[in-house]
Amino acid sequence: MAVESATIKSNGHEPSYLEYKGKHTGLLGWILSTDHKRIGILYLVSLSIFFLVGVTFGVLMRLELIAPGETIMDAQTYNSIFTLHGVIMIFLFVVPGLPAVFGNFVLPILIGAKDVAFPRINLMSWYMYVIGGLLAVVSILLPGGPADTGWTFYIPYSVRTNTNVMLALFAAFTLGFSSILTGLNFVTTVHRLRAPGMTWFKMPLSVWSLYSTAWVQVLATPIIGITLLLVAIERWLGVGIFDPALGGDPILYQHLFWIYSHPAVYIMILPAMGVVSEIIPVFSRRTIFGYKFIAFSSVAIALFGSLVWAHHMFTVGMSNTGQFIFSLLTMLVAIPSAIKVFNWVATLYKGSIELATPMLFVLAFIFLFTIGGLTGVMQGILTVDIQVHDTYFIVAHFHYVMFGGTGFGFFAALHYWFPKMFGRMYNRKLAKVAFWFLFVGFNVLYFPMFIMGWLGMPRRYYDYLPEFEPYQFLSTIGSWILVTGLLMMIYNLYHSVKKGEVVTEKNIWGGETLEWQIDTPPIHENFLDIPKIETDPYQYKGNEEVLEKEEVS
Amino acid sequence: MSSTEHTVDAHVHRDDVGSRMGMWLFLFTELLLFGGMFLIYSVYRFEYPEAFHLAAKELNTIMGAFNTAVLLTSSMTMALSIVAIQRNQKTLSIIMQLITIFLAIFFLVNKYFEWTAKFHHGIYPGSEELLSKGSGEILFFGLYYVMTGLHGLHVIVGMFLIAVMTRMTRREIITKDNYVRLENAGLYWHLVDIIWIFLFPLFYLIA
Amino acid sequence: MEKHDYYHEHSHSYGIYIIVWLALMALTAVTVAVAGMDIDRFTVATALIIASIKAYLVLTIFMHLRSESKAFVVFVLVALFFLGISFVLLFADYSF
Repeated sequence: MAVESATIKSNGHEPSYLEYKGKHTGLLGWILSTDHKRIGILYLVSLSIFFLVGVTFGVLMRLELIAPGETIMDAQTYNSIFTLHGVIMIFLFVVPGLPAVFGNFVLPILIGAKDVAFPRINLMSWYMYVIGGLLAVVSILLPGGPADTGWTFYIPYSVRTNTNVMLALFAAFTLGFSSILTGLNFVTTVHRLRAPGMTWFKMPLSVWSLYSTAWVQVLATPIIGITLLLVAIERWLGVGIFDPALGGDPILYQHLFWIYSHPAVYIMILPAMGVVSEIIPVFSRRTIFGYKFIAFSSVAIALFGSLVWAHHMFTVGMSNTGQFIFSLLTMLVAIPSAIKVFNWVATLYKGSIELATPMLFVLAFIFLFTIGGLTGVMQGILTVDIQVHDTYFIVAHFHYVMFGGTGFGFFAALHYWFPKMFGRMYNRKLAKVAFWFLFVGFNVLYFPMFIMGWLGMPRRYYDYLPEFEPYQFLSTIGSWILVTGLLMMIYNLYHSVKKGEVVTEKNIWGGETLEWQIDTPPIHENFLDIPKIETDPYQYKGNEEVLEKEEVS
Repeated sequence: MSSTEHTVDAHVHRDDVGSRMGMWLFLFTELLLFGGMFLIYSVYRFEYPEAFHLAAKELNTIMGAFNTAVLLTSSMTMALSIVAIQRNQKTLSIIMQLITIFLAIFFLVNKYFEWTAKFHHGIYPGSEELLSKGSGEILFFGLYYVMTGLHGLHVIVGMFLIAVMTRMTRREIITKDNYVRLENAGLYWHLVDIIWIFLFPLFYLIA
Repeated sequence: MEKHDYYHEHSHSYGIYIIVWLALMALTAVTVAVAGMDIDRFTVATALIIASIKAYLVLTIFMHLRSESKAFVVFVLVALFFLGISFVLLFADYSF
């Protein structure tokens, strides 16, 4: 395995987890490993590949849309491309991303444990992830062509179309199962494996986020599991469940679909918020402001997020009462998110800000997520949503929160924990250049979509009126700037795994949480002895000597 | 919730409470899997009360009640098998587990006869007979077959799970001092029972 | 490190399970009898209440929920809450 040749022995006595030789060695030692750190890396590798496939589809979409009419593909192909872009990005990147990569790598260490509660189930989660991903990819290649229903698989089209919907459904089902197992593992881990002295309110905030996320994974995912299974059964056996030709109710399908898929967006954002809460204290050299508020807001987001799903359905013919109730609840769910933003900003205030790359991504997160979040609140207003539903306004909104939010959060985590994971440092300058390309490209790509949507440009449309052409054109240029940034970032990180500057110090950033007290990279069991916890996680008062160190950014 | 309860052994990390916790969490996913279908049932029942009432007449209440009794009894025998192993009564535990499996088979055989009887009357998904009925009845039977079918699948899985436990009990991998696996299999089985406890009245007793 | 008691401190006698089984059978008989009676709108409600009592007995006794730590009870309530609220909000659309 390429990584092994590049690693360093940590402190001479115990090999790092990268070099550790267990029952199996070589490649088998990785794909049969139950070490949460190796599993995190496995997820990172497979996830990156699927992410790039999803990005490719996005780039192709933007190429098609650079001019009205057919540009590089026909309408049918376009429908399939946006379907797969959605399925891959959502089920293979944004939902699993942070929990599966960083939750796996870091969660046990953050609570002072040697591994998760169920290491073998953890490995099985990864297998399910890979199988699900392969099913999705296979659905592209087999005759019949990839599904063209949109990632939402709405009835009745999903029962009628002759494309490879079954494969896509099973891919999503398998990926859901993977998500469930991860969630189940994390809930048990947090309850049972915290180090002595680590009470709930001494846990790092990212643990609170991952814990809340895990509950949503466990409770919400089965609903989409059964819903998609029922669509598959309906396609296969003609059982009347949702199909209106058999007396079924397509709106009921939508309800069932969104009962999961709305909480799913909180599965996506909560871990990213956790990462922000970790990184801000470190790079402003201040204790996080309002620890308990942030902790409770994670739980509140998970809770309230389960109550708002039908705001995706305001225009389908719901009862007025239903619309009213869901709109009201949608207003409420914004409150805990806002509380977090206030607390983060309050932490920054009078802090000693260090603009290292992780911090840049986190600051971008706050900016981009705020835009995404506020536009979400706008959409929660019934009268506004009637106008903007199924337009580019929605597309812009969810890219701001899912990509500007979770995506940038993921990149922040990558740059923050990279040195700890690999014992190497990436090129700091290149990282910052890549960041700026990403940030500028992102806004050039997506901000015009708010305007377009407001002016009436529908989503999932292959063709458009000439009045939208300048915005579409600008958006496509933005996609190229963004992709340049992505490629720079990926090159930088990938290259640095093997050839980056070696890092042996335990605490390169001056963090206070447990991962910065152990070896870089960690040993197989994380800790030689399980620590005893006596302090809160973000104490920066006694850390003056770190400020004296040479600047780490 | 105390984190001081678990002991980290020199060789293997053992945490029975954690093990059961993981199983309960898995059971929640099953609860919600079926819960999704109960949601669908409740909406269609609300929209087509007469059709559901009419369609339910096709089902045999006695069979349904009998199957309910069978499953409830199997739950008891499963629970008793755990008491037996706690009391180091290995043979009794194995007997109880085998009776549980036998009752499960009995349940499935009954189901088989119920379903085939219906197929005989031309009532199955996609059949002409069924499609000639109104929406409400089509939906009732769609839900009937899918829900009892999925439940039956879980019964089969449960049977195999318990069979594995029986083997482990015989080979003394499950003992008086280490029986969390048996407890977890029991938990799964009881959930299968609970799902049927709700399926039974909603399909068989609304005629 | 404290020696951990791996098995339940209060292991049940056989008796409680047999008693609960009898109760479950009796409740089943009741629910069938009630269904035969013509009380129209209350049929579902009664059936569900009886089913819930049966489920409660299985949960607390057969599944040992009453001898587990409070955390497990909270877990079950959280899961039931999620399912319950889904019902309630779903009918916010359908019943109007």
